[in-house]
Amino acid sequence: MEVDQLQRSFLEYTNSLFRFLDGQFGQLQLLQDESNPEFVFEVVSLFFEDSERILNDLTLALDQQNVDFKKIDAHVHQFKGSSSSIGAQRVRNACIAFRNFCEGQNVEACRRCLQQVKQEYLLVKTKLEALLRLEQQILAAGGVIPMLDS
Amino acid sequence: MAINGVFSRFKMLDKNEGVNNLSPFTDSHEVHVLAVDDSLVDRKVIERLLKITSCKVTAVESGRRALQILGFDEEKTSVGFDGFKVDLIITDYFMPGMTGYELLKKIKGSSNFREIPVVIMSSENVLARIDRCLEEGAEDFIVKPVKLSDVRRLKSYMFGENRIHTQDREFNKRKIDVSLSPSSDEVMSNQSSPSISPRSFSSSPTSHSPTFLDSHIRRLKTSNHD
Repeated sequence: MEVDQLQRSFLEYTNSLFRFLDGQFGQLQLLQDESNPEFVFEVVSLFFEDSERILNDLTLALDQQNVDFKKIDAHVHQFKGSSSSIGAQRVRNACIAFRNFCEGQNVEACRRCLQQVKQEYLLVKTKLEALLRLEQQILAAGGVIPMLDS
Repeated sequence: MAINGVFSRFKMLDKNEGVNNLSPFTDSHEVHVLAVDDSLVDRKVIERLLKITSCKVTAVESGRRALQILGFDEEKTSVGFDGFKVDLIITDYFMPGMTGYELLKKIKGSSNFREIPVVIMSSENVLARIDRCLEEGAEDFIVKPVKLSDVRRLKSYMFGENRIHTQDREFNKRKIDVSLSPSSDEVMSNQSSPSISPRSFSSSPTSHSPTFLDSHIRRLKTSNHD
């Protein structure tokens, strides 16, 4: 595929992601340059690792006999933070809702929230992976990754 | 007053060269920032943000680790403390173990380390929290997620050529010793310039801004009683 075409696809795809990724993702793109060409990939990879760990911890915590809501709240707060730093706004919003239910200390409601958060995470993960693949294709074809309008 | 290794370069320049002069942080000296955040992702981002604005960065995951790396527990009151020198500490507020606020208090409560400016980051824009941090001596409060413009602005008003802000602190501290020239009085009265971070209030009505400035000015005034 021609570089032009790939770059266009990249931009189109990025634009279609506006519901999933907010301006903060654009900020990350700004931080990527020749001196740090893999920056977005690295941050996103860290985000995936971190998220999966948190989701596991949350699942475990909600499975306990005596649910520790404080601990759960702390985990969700963390997830809210990292998703916010990536620009994953739907995940962040799901975390905010989750924290509200934590306050209510309702285990069933929290479990539903966890499902919701998981779902949003998997959605944005798929999108990000596709985006990164497109980036790789552009680079492999000898092109540069186009800058987005913030 | 004890002169620690950290800001000695700053003080020397002020003494010899007066108020509105070249930043010591051009070419020869890179600003060294200690970033504290328990989040892996945020550490990575803040590190990059700082590096891209030409700062040297050390990123750690906890307040305890930060104090350790500063050599806090081995506080040497003698002049030549040759420790790990930082020009700025930027820390997350909400961390397990020691919060950013607790770290701030430790730093400001120490004669060796209180000169180091501390900036707090938080994902929550809570006025009471912001006020509390400023009262305790924080330089600024940045609402997460941190943007490039936040870091650039921070670096520019703290270490750039118009570092009115940091010089004020120096002046307040040494008011007793040094007679103020007219130009420096002007510098002080311009304190309420917009260089103070309005980031946390970008989405809030202007009624918040006066509180932010008030507590900031309040803090500066109280530091006169050093």
